[in-house]
Amino acid sequence: MEHIISVTVENKFGVLSRVAGLFSGRGFNIESLSVAPTLDPSMSQMTIVTSGDERIIEQIVKQLNKLIDVIKVVDLNETEFVSRETAIIKVHTKDADRAEALRIVDIFRANVIDSTPSTYTIEVSGDPKKIEAIINLLQPLGIKDLVRTGRVAVAREPVRPVAMQAKKVARD
Amino acid sequence: MKLTGAEIFIECLKREGVKTVFALPGGVVLKIFDTLHQQKDIEVILTRHEQGAGHMAEGYAKATGKAGVCLVTSGPGMTNVITALADAYMDSVPLVCFSGQVPTSFIGNDAFQEADNVGLSRPCTKHNFLVKDVNDLAATIKEAFYIATTGRPGPVLVDIPKDVSMAKAEFTYPNSVSIRGYNPTYEGNKWQIKQAAEAIMKAKKPILYVGGGVIFSGASQELLELAEMTQIPVDMTLMGLGAFPGEHLLSLGMLGMHGTYQANMAMHYSDLVIAIGARFDDRVTGKVSEFCPYAKVIHVDIDPTSIRKNIHVDIPIVGDCKTVLRELNQILRATVNGEQKDLRKPWWDQIREWQQAHPLTYHQEKDGPIKPQQVVKRLYELTKDRDPIVSTDVGQHQMWAAQYFKLAKPNRWLTSGGLGTMGFGFPAAMGAQAAFRDRLVLCIAGDGSIQMNMQEMATAVVNKLPVKIIILNNGFHGMVRQWQDLFYEGRYASSYLDTTPDFVKLADAYGAVGLRVKKVGDLDAVLKEALATDKPVIVDVPTYPYENCYPMIPAGGCNHEMILEDPPELKKKQSGAAKVTPEDKDTVLTA
Repeated sequence: MEHIISVTVENKFGVLSRVAGLFSGRGFNIESLSVAPTLDPSMSQMTIVTSGDERIIEQIVKQLNKLIDVIKVVDLNETEFVSRETAIIKVHTKDADRAEALRIVDIFRANVIDSTPSTYTIEVSGDPKKIEAIINLLQPLGIKDLVRTGRVAVAREPVRPVAMQAKKVARD
Repeated sequence: MKLTGAEIFIECLKREGVKTVFALPGGVVLKIFDTLHQQKDIEVILTRHEQGAGHMAEGYAKATGKAGVCLVTSGPGMTNVITALADAYMDSVPLVCFSGQVPTSFIGNDAFQEADNVGLSRPCTKHNFLVKDVNDLAATIKEAFYIATTGRPGPVLVDIPKDVSMAKAEFTYPNSVSIRGYNPTYEGNKWQIKQAAEAIMKAKKPILYVGGGVIFSGASQELLELAEMTQIPVDMTLMGLGAFPGEHLLSLGMLGMHGTYQANMAMHYSDLVIAIGARFDDRVTGKVSEFCPYAKVIHVDIDPTSIRKNIHVDIPIVGDCKTVLRELNQILRATVNGEQKDLRKPWWDQIREWQQAHPLTYHQEKDGPIKPQQVVKRLYELTKDRDPIVSTDVGQHQMWAAQYFKLAKPNRWLTSGGLGTMGFGFPAAMGAQAAFRDRLVLCIAGDGSIQMNMQEMATAVVNKLPVKIIILNNGFHGMVRQWQDLFYEGRYASSYLDTTPDFVKLADAYGAVGLRVKKVGDLDAVLKEALATDKPVIVDVPTYPYENCYPMIPAGGCNHEMILEDPPELKKKQSGAAKVTPEDKDTVLTA
C-alpha cells in the first residue's frame, strides 16, 4: 500500500544521501521524494512517497528514526492529510491547437507560465490523478517536456468545535 | 591558547579516556602522528594493515566495553578499514575510527589518495562526520564517542582533512552532548514490562534467548538473577556467549545453525520466548515461517528496528537490557513462588531428555588423527582457571569453539558474528591483549582464516602482545568443504588449501614461537608449553580434514530438524579417509 512519510531532517550536507542510501540499501521503494528547507533554516522537510506492507512501512519509519540526522518521522497515512504535486508541461501547439490547449488549462485551473509561437508551458497543481488526467488530455497535442515535483503533504489539523474556532477568529 | 587540529584531537582522546590507538600512518594524517609521537599518555600501536587496526579496536572494545579507537589515512587506508567498520556495525561494537582526508580545497578533485570516506563508510557506520572546520573538531569528536557508545553501540567515523589537523583553534571540550535527532530509549515501557512479567509467570515452557546486547549493557548479573529466580533455561546466541555462565545448570548452550540439540529443540517447542538483546538473525531463526510455532514472543532490545524486523513480537520492550531486566526482576521477585517450578517440571524433564539423547559428540581415537573438538576441549580444560579471553575467526573452528569453550563471564568472547569476517580473530585478540597485558588471550583460528591477517604477527611481536594462536589446521576452508560435502556432492571447488604455509617456520620468521602437535598424545604437552610462553605463539594442530560440525540446521531449515551426524553416503565415502594423516591429503583428494 502507498504511504506518504513526512521526515524532518537536519539541513546538513549528506543527509539526503543517508536517507536515499537507507532506502536502496534495504530494498525499500521510493516513488517520489521532495526536500526543501523549513521555516527554521537548520532543518529540512522531506516528503517521501513509498509503498509496502504494514511490516515494511513500520521498518521504514523505524529505520528513518534511527538515522542520527533525522529529527522527526510521521507516517501521514495514520492521520488525515492533504497532498499536492506540481507538474510543468511544455506542449507543442499548432494554430488550431492553441485554443484547445487553453481550454484544457482552464478546465484544470492550470496556468500558462510561458508561451512561444509554437509552445505553451503549463503549470498545474493537484493530486496525482488530476496531473495524470491533464497529461492524458494534452498528450494528443504533443508534449515536448514534462517535469513533476513529486508529492508534498501535510497532516490536516483536527477539526475543533465551532465555539473554539470562533474564539480564535475573534482573537486574530 | 590556540591548539592545532592534531593537538585538539589528542586532547579530546585523553578526555575520553583513550589509552590506546591502533593506527597506520599516511600523507594526510602525518601531522596527527607527529603530534601523537610527542606525547606519552596515549599508546600508538602501529599495525601492518588498516583492517588489522580496525579489528584490534573491535577486540579492545569487546573486552573492555569501552570504545575502541583506530586511526587510518585517506584513500586505501580508508578502504582497507571498511571491513572492520562493517563488522563492528553488524555486531554493535563501539568504535571510533579517524580517517585522514585530503585538504578541504582538494576534496572532489581526485587528489592523490583521495576517497569519499564519508560516502564509503555511510552504509557500514552508525554515523559519520567530515570535519571541514577546525573549530568544529572538538565538538564532533565528543559527539562521535557519544554516538558510538550509547544506545545500540556501533562504529562512528570522523574524517579529518589535512588542513584541519594543521589549522589552529581555541580548544574547549563540551561537557555534554545534545543531538535532537538522537535520543536512545533506556527505560522500558512499564506497562509492557508488567505484561512480560505476567506472561513469564504463566508460561509452562519458557526459554530465555539472550544475545550480545546483554553483554554490552552489562546485564549478566540481572540475567542470572532472572533465570535462577524463575528457573527458565537459557539459550545464548553466538554473540551472547559469556552473558550467562556456560557451565550453569540452566544453560543450554548456543542455539542456531550449529547450536546444541537441546537449545534448538527448546526454542522450537517453547510456549514463551524471552529474547533479550538478540535480533532474530537468520542463523538463529532458520525458516522464519516455522520459527517457534507455539510461542508468544517477548523482545527486549534498545534498537526499535530490531523488533519485528524478522519475526512477529507479542510483547515488544524498547529499552536497555540492564534497566529493563532490573525492573522485570523487581516485579517477579514479589510474585514468583514455588508454583512455577512445579508448573515447569515437565518442561525441564523434556529438556534433560533432549540433552541426554543428543549431547555434543565426537569420536577421538587414541592413535587416530586429531579431532578439532578435542583440541578446543583440552584447551578449555587447561585454561579455564585462568579466565582467558578467547577470540575466533570464522568457520568450523569458530563453531567448535562456541560449542566446547564454555565461557563463565561476559567480555571474554571475541568473534565475528553478523558479518562473519575471516581474519577477525587474531587482530581482535591483540586488541584485547593491548587492553589487558597480564591476561591470557587465546585465538582459536583455522588455517584458512588466520592467513587473512597473518601480517599482524609483526605487530604482535614488536608490541609484545603474547597472544596464543591455536590453528585447527585441516588444510581446507573447512566450513565450505562441509557444505560441499553435504550440498554439492563433494566437489571441493576452491576449498582445498593444501598444508601451506609451514606455520611453525612462519612464526619463527616473525620472531614469534611456533609449535606443532604431531599426534593426539602430544596435545596437552604442546598446549601447556604454549601457555607457558611469554611471547606470541602459533600452535599448529593438524586435524582430521573431514570432520564436520554438528548439529547443523541447513540454511532455511527448521530448528527442530537438525542434521546430527554425517549422512550414510558421506560416512561411507570418508571411511577410506579416516586413517589419513594430514601429510597425505593430496592422495586422498586425487583418490
